[in-house]
Amino acid sequence: MRRVPTPRSVCRAAMILAAIAIAAGPPAAAQEPVQIPQQPEPRVRGNAALGRAIVVEQACGVCHEIPGIAGADGIVGPPLRRFALRPLIAGKIPNTPDMLIAWLDDPPALDPETAMPDVGLDRTTARDVAAFLATLR
Amino acid sequence: MPVSVRLLVPLALAPLVAGCVEVQSMFSPAGPHAEQVAYLGWLMIIGGFAIFALVLILAALAIVLPARSRRWMGGRGFIVSLGVVFPVVVLAALLVWGLGMVRALDTGESPALRVEVVGVQWWWEVRYLGPDGDVRLTTANEIVVPTGRTVEYVLRTEDVIHSFWVPVLAGKLDMIPGRINTIRFAANRPGVYRGQCAEYCGGQHALMALDVVALEAADFEAWWRLNAGPALPPRTPQQIAGAEVFRQWGCGGCHAVRGTEANGEIGPDLTHVGSRLRIAAGTFPNTIGTLAGWVASAQHLKPGNGMPSFDRMTGPELRAVAAYLEGLK
Repeated sequence: MRRVPTPRSVCRAAMILAAIAIAAGPPAAAQEPVQIPQQPEPRVRGNAALGRAIVVEQACGVCHEIPGIAGADGIVGPPLRRFALRPLIAGKIPNTPDMLIAWLDDPPALDPETAMPDVGLDRTTARDVAAFLATLR
Repeated sequence: MPVSVRLLVPLALAPLVAGCVEVQSMFSPAGPHAEQVAYLGWLMIIGGFAIFALVLILAALAIVLPARSRRWMGGRGFIVSLGVVFPVVVLAALLVWGLGMVRALDTGESPALRVEVVGVQWWWEVRYLGPDGDVRLTTANEIVVPTGRTVEYVLRTEDVIHSFWVPVLAGKLDMIPGRINTIRFAANRPGVYRGQCAEYCGGQHALMALDVVALEAADFEAWWRLNAGPALPPRTPQQIAGAEVFRQWGCGGCHAVRGTEANGEIGPDLTHVGSRLRIAAGTFPNTIGTLAGWVASAQHLKPGNGMPSFDRMTGPELRAVAAYLEGLK
């Protein structure tokens, strides 16, 4: 049967809509997500293997449960599983390398209510222990 | 006083690298008693292997030799000589030698020092005796002795059978309720020698260790002068606070601290606990941290032992009492 010709106004509207669609580009869902720059991971400069040896020798496991150290299943302090991922030390202090070293050096100075004594680690040893704790992910 | 742990770690690790050889192995004798035991032990091991090899060779010959060549193995003479006479002679000789050795070790020169060791579930009470048998010094879990002098250990217990064994210095001897056993041995050179309870005595038998510390004569005299005396008074504010915590929580009901009102006799004497190498009968190194952990969770660390967990103290109280104990040098 005879095709009714498309009215000229409809053709023009369709071409305009197509032009807009082409100019706008593909739908938003197919676009690349916006990249938000991440904060760089702070690094602890210390010897993690030596830190682990110190943790074993000082028997930190008497109070703390520490993954990967046999017999370290203490219940007096918090477990140290995934310690490197936690935002806070002792629930109060930001878990940054500098604060962690300061904590290991003298816990009561940072939190007078803590039960963790100053066990006599010097700064170098505390840095090595902090490097080991940074591996607990 | 801060300790540079970094320097101590290689020293602490060295014995681990060397294996159990230096600290607690009967194959590293450090005294005449242990040397004899090791000698007899090696003799029996090597001799046993030699006899085993001989038996295997004879068995192999019995299998592969043609019937004519192995007839000599079937006769009565062969069986009687190798199967009866040889074992009887060898074993009798070993028996006589072994008994003679044990007897010789427990007689001879009179001891320079007598120490009474009482096995308790699951720690060791140590009392140094004077010539009349009076108690001159009481301590626990660590026996300090002079080198080169024979020490007589009077072994007793009042609960179950334990066994006193310091492998590097001597063989084992049981502690039996109702009986007194004595053993004498000396240490040739200064050092720390680990011992264990060697007779199953209940749930925490595995955590019942001790240290024998041998010192040169002058060092031993110095140790004696310090340890025979009363406890050092608390010096720092934290130690003073800790002494008060110790008093308030009734620790003196079980533990003695000479020079204070604490005079309990149920648990180890704590007069000079700060100077000992390990705590909880050789279970943990002795630091302010492990002392705090032990006080707060003794039942978790050594379930069933005689000390309850003091798990209601505040953080500062726990640190204070640990500092006080650490200061009892």
